[in-house]
Amino acid sequence: MLGFISALPGAAAQGIIWGIMAIGVYITYRVLDLADLTVDGTLGTGGAVLVMCTIGGMDIRLAMVVAFIAGCLAGLVTGVLHTGFGIPAILAGILTQLALYSINLRILGDKANQTLSVMKYDLIVSLRNIPNAIVIGLIFVIMLIAILYWFFGTEMGHSIRATGNNAAMARANGINTNTRKVIGLVISNGIVALSGALLAQYQGFADVNMGKGAIVIGLAAVIIGEVVFGKIFKNFALRLLGVVCGGIIYYVVITFVLRLGLNANDLKLFSAIVVALFLAVPYWKSKLLPKQVKVQKKGV
Amino acid sequence: MLEIKGVCKTFNQGTINEKVALNGIDLTLNDGDFVTVIGGNGAGKSTLLNMITGVYPVDCGDIIIDGVNITRLPEHKRAKYFGRVFQDPMTGTAADMQIEENMALAARRGKMRTLKFGIKKSERSAYRNLLARLGLGLEDRLTSKVGLLSGGQRQAITLLMATMQNPKLLLLDEHTAALDPQTAAKVLNITEELVTEGKITTLMITHNMKDAIRLGNRLIMMDKGRIIYDIAGESKKNLKVSDLMDLFAKASNGEFANDRMLLG
Repeated sequence: MLGFISALPGAAAQGIIWGIMAIGVYITYRVLDLADLTVDGTLGTGGAVLVMCTIGGMDIRLAMVVAFIAGCLAGLVTGVLHTGFGIPAILAGILTQLALYSINLRILGDKANQTLSVMKYDLIVSLRNIPNAIVIGLIFVIMLIAILYWFFGTEMGHSIRATGNNAAMARANGINTNTRKVIGLVISNGIVALSGALLAQYQGFADVNMGKGAIVIGLAAVIIGEVVFGKIFKNFALRLLGVVCGGIIYYVVITFVLRLGLNANDLKLFSAIVVALFLAVPYWKSKLLPKQVKVQKKGV
Repeated sequence: MLEIKGVCKTFNQGTINEKVALNGIDLTLNDGDFVTVIGGNGAGKSTLLNMITGVYPVDCGDIIIDGVNITRLPEHKRAKYFGRVFQDPMTGTAADMQIEENMALAARRGKMRTLKFGIKKSERSAYRNLLARLGLGLEDRLTSKVGLLSGGQRQAITLLMATMQNPKLLLLDEHTAALDPQTAAKVLNITEELVTEGKITTLMITHNMKDAIRLGNRLIMMDKGRIIYDIAGESKKNLKVSDLMDLFAKASNGEFANDRMLLG
């Protein structure tokens, strides 16, 4: 038990970093209503770009910007495959993700991983200093939520939300739904790469496999956030905060079950089952329980 | 103002499900026309609207609005000319967005969408006044999600959204068909008011022959992808439902007897 408690700060720090990634997933999965599997590759791209740029002597802040842009480009590729080539969104994401595996290996100098020592470089976050990592992570979260809250309140942001909510209505109101999907995918993958850049610093290396199953963790955070905070967090900014909290809860639970003796190799199996169950519960509920209709009658 | 020249459309061409939806339609609307469109199921009424708005590409022919040939323009680029209300109340609005957000989206139809705030303060009071006119109590619920509203309320909001920019052409696709009779009558009244006030050129599909006769200055009847009857002015005013029934019977050689048009 003591071991679990002492592991909590680390779990929180990791949860925050993955929560940032989950915000990216939220934009495609909830706002645009697209399941984007690019992110499994993009997370690794963000980490790889950051590590190689930093090793190459670039300022860490600039390296994070470059990682963000690299993620945006990955999203652009998926967006063009989907809207320009007419490939279903899921498949478009899988194609980009597959391509990114090779690209990430290339970025890492044809190696499967590269280390980034906190002793040698001036990193923003590291697991050597977890309280600092938590604070920095939260600053990123707050800034990101503030920017997204502003953006999705603009004319452009409104049009992206309308595209995800009702594409026929969006087109009838003169919105080019294809470009809006591309913009959403670009932003989403940029954020995921940013999370990858933070993660690489935190763990002190970038690995070509670091993004494997990222979409599942992102979805877990989104869904846990909604299930736990959905009733109280209605506002868009608070919902994003709920997603980050979902990420933290996910990592706390993972830490707990590992302490209970779950084999670390079974972790991905465990995650997949948890997410499958969380996705299934609302569906089963709607099947088994009669829906409570809340329609007000006011003449019309 | 709207010219449709020889427009044709066949769905599933070359397959066993081949269906000629439009068979060389010619139609010219004048400024301020309020045209009602009737016809049996599969006559091509909705397809005509979908061709005008660009939901599907046409197989042949041209669509010209105010001298601009829009036949090849994608749907979102020609949206600035049209206000649209659909049969399904769910189609015209974004359910997860607020009433004022939906209206602000419509207010920017055909304009650049920038990084300015999605709704200006001055707009809010304008929307409140527009909503108050509906008499549905929606003016105090600007920030309610549209998904919480009833079908009739949603159609009324969609009507406001469709007409707020004074579109060149208002297209109504059986927009009261999914509502109960009382609500349908109310939405139809609102429609009449908005159209008359804005002098908006309107094309309204309906299954209700009484409405088709009562409303508008011109009536067209479609059958098997063609316009078989086009009547305007005084002679339209003097039409009776029985006249239309006879015309239908003639056009469809009696097949029409089972059609749901009878219910109108």
